[in-house]
Amino acid sequence: MPKSSTGWVSKAMAVYAKDLRLELRSRYALNAILMFAITTLAVVSFSLGQSGLSPKLLAALFWVVIFFSAMSGLAQVFIREEESGTALALRLLADPDPVYIGKLLFNFSLLTIMTIIVTPLFFIFTDAPVENALTFVPVLILGVIGLSGATTLVAAIISRASVKGALFAVLSFPILMPLLMSLVSASESVFDGGGLVSISSELQFLTAYAVVMITASVMLFKFVWQD
Amino acid sequence: MFRLAVKDLAKRFGHRKLFRDLSFDLSTGDSLAITGSNGSGKSTLVMTLLGLQRPSRGSVTYYHDDVELSESDRRQSVAFVSPYFNLYDHLTAEENLTFFATVSGHTITGKEINRTLEQVGLEGRGADLVGEFSSGMKQRLKYALAVVSNPDFLFLDEPTSNLDNEGKKIVFDLVESVRSDTVIVIATNEEQEYRLAQEQYRLG
Repeated sequence: MPKSSTGWVSKAMAVYAKDLRLELRSRYALNAILMFAITTLAVVSFSLGQSGLSPKLLAALFWVVIFFSAMSGLAQVFIREEESGTALALRLLADPDPVYIGKLLFNFSLLTIMTIIVTPLFFIFTDAPVENALTFVPVLILGVIGLSGATTLVAAIISRASVKGALFAVLSFPILMPLLMSLVSASESVFDGGGLVSISSELQFLTAYAVVMITASVMLFKFVWQD
Repeated sequence: MFRLAVKDLAKRFGHRKLFRDLSFDLSTGDSLAITGSNGSGKSTLVMTLLGLQRPSRGSVTYYHDDVELSESDRRQSVAFVSPYFNLYDHLTAEENLTFFATVSGHTITGKEINRTLEQVGLEGRGADLVGEFSSGMKQRLKYALAVVSNPDFLFLDEPTSNLDNEGKKIVFDLVESVRSDTVIVIATNEEQEYRLAQEQYRLG
């Protein structure tokens, strides 16, 4: 076979670095996500006031903000390729698996940046209890992995549709429903003062969800991307 | 020796048949021009040969010394220039070349990039964003991308679209320079372009 070869990891990292570079130069997805998150947080804060919110309501509000913010930006990773006409080149020259992993890493990075910015703002705006903030970290990490794992494949599915935005939320919702319910349940326990032990079953579910979702996505992506 | 084997290939959209029972074999050094009126399916045939569209029937197989190439090896061996094939406007010319070379399995050096840009008349423009290029310069950059990794199969769809006379000459010289080591397929209606190929197949 001809010529020198770059490995699977190098190819995935090239896709990731390319998307990161494009985002840093255009800031399209990050701006959309952050604007949505901060606007929603401000509306929640002004309409509900700062105190007296139950742990359950706080947990639900937090993940509603994260979910809809993610919906506003994560699909861009594939929509941008289709709309700029670069998807054809990528389909022809790149193997599907590194493309998926590169895009997944990019969406994970985007969601991580958003979560790092939004979470402290949420605690400030809603006066949520901060005593258990460290216990909240694994919930956040697993939530971000699960969200990006599931939405990256859906983003590839909807990127060639005509009503992309609405379809993204509609298709993602049933897939993300179990994840969101578990995240809300774990976050409620954390806001209620519970430690890691009290959310161990949720953490196990979130880990399993992330593993299953990313494995299934890697296996299915080839068919979604090439057909 | 590389070989492209096409057997009983057919493509239809609904009731409309674009082509059928198409069979041919091309080996390294061979070149084929696909001609035909607008809408006859030239671009669709090229896309089907590249695996970007599924045929309704038949098969397209790539070989190296009579061993069938895997999908990944095929990606490493093909190059394509087409008006539908866009590069990243927010990346520089060098970044585009490096990115596509890397994801297709090649390692290219800065020296190779500079030499290729020089070949297509874009010397000194490697650090410029592609979005700042004219359509003719973008077309030249697509040729740089096509030849930078020494392809074994070169597919050209409307090869000189957007190019001025100097650009056309560069393309004709490039095709001549890779002809003996490459299988070349050209989809065109321009007489000047299909004369680049040894054989012709007319669709429609």
